[in-house]
Amino acid sequence: MSELPKARVATASLAGCFGCHMAILDIDERLIELMKLVDVDRSPLTDKKRFTERCDIGIIEGGCCNEENVHVLHDFRRNCDVLIALGQCAIMGGLPAMRNAIMHSDAPLRECLDEAYITGKYIRNTTHNVPNDPALPLLLDEVYPCSQVVEIDYQIPGCAPSGDIIFDTLLKLLTGKFRGFEGDMIRFD
Amino acid sequence: MSGTKRETGFTFTIDGVEVKATAGMTIMEAADEAGVYIPRLCDHEGLRHQGSCRVCTVKAGGRSVAACTQPAAPGQSVENETPHLTKMRRDLVEMLFHEGNHLCPICEASGNCELQAMAYRLDMTEATRFPYLEPCRSLDASHPDIALDTNRCISCGRCIRASQDVDGKGVFGYVGRGIHRRVAVNGENLADTDAEATDHAISREVCPVGCIIRKRVGFAVPIGEREFDHGLIGHEIEEKRK
Repeated sequence: MSELPKARVATASLAGCFGCHMAILDIDERLIELMKLVDVDRSPLTDKKRFTERCDIGIIEGGCCNEENVHVLHDFRRNCDVLIALGQCAIMGGLPAMRNAIMHSDAPLRECLDEAYITGKYIRNTTHNVPNDPALPLLLDEVYPCSQVVEIDYQIPGCAPSGDIIFDTLLKLLTGKFRGFEGDMIRFD
Repeated sequence: MSGTKRETGFTFTIDGVEVKATAGMTIMEAADEAGVYIPRLCDHEGLRHQGSCRVCTVKAGGRSVAACTQPAAPGQSVENETPHLTKMRRDLVEMLFHEGNHLCPICEASGNCELQAMAYRLDMTEATRFPYLEPCRSLDASHPDIALDTNRCISCGRCIRASQDVDGKGVFGYVGRGIHRRVAVNGENLADTDAEATDHAISREVCPVGCIIRKRVGFAVPIGEREFDHGLIGHEIEEKRK
């Protein structure tokens, strides 16, 4: 088994809180075992901003709330053999998707931005403008789960997923033994 | 049990397991007593059967029937946990998730929610094929002790039956038809009804999701000690068979 070439893994955080990346660190000392099996390519963990070569596994945290998220997600799909959605935001939009359905609102995005930057009780925004610098990625009308933008091969549920389920799933995928999750490991919170 | 009414007792099988029943029992009632769990959402112990969620669908004599309303029949062969039925149930539960706004990470029912627990049991983990409908539904916080977040309502009607049959009140009822059928309160909002936090309809066990909220009690139980942190939904019933 030691002859197996190392798998290349890339990760990215889109519209997420980086909690799922922190959860990867919850693998704790088993990271040493995992690092014997993988090399990390593009990832916030390596600070590489671009793919250096094609990857075996891409891990995505967060859904898509702006055009840059969509661009990164397409880039991952193009460059990774297997794409994993990690955590509830990547799977179903998660907390950012709360802006998709705001009570009694026909324009939830507008209402969300207005409250965040203009009408909210506790804001100190002297310009009274919603940020609109051209360098900012354009927001999408809604927050989309990854599976509605590209094809996703596996989803690891949780908010954030436990270190155990991440380690277990990655190890099984790397050794070709993944046959689904144990029932008592599945959590949506 | 005493043997005096032995002539009304009979047996049938669920997935090959022999199950005892008496005349008038539904398939689910007999299964529960025998320690065979049939998944269900709209059915609840102590409330009259409704048969609307269809999660308890089984095959009896080759036909799809709701186990909570279908009477058991002597010698019947019932299919329960087949790949086909499990997939159909998973699709039903997934569509319930998509029909409302079910954001587990922000919901105070998480860990005690039967919809979520059913998704765990049915292994709802693959990338979805359905669109999210993301309806804009109302939050009714008018009552001093109770709130209703209808984004999470799955229209199971358990609160309707509990309020009518147990509390004798009729706080809740169905309005609309087809996909527009919703559970509504009997008044402008909840504060206009005679609902009280002590009603059976408001108790935690009746609402399977986080729609009916008792104010000031949320998030009291820590993660790891909630109802479905200890085992899959239905494990108490299945343990009877051990």
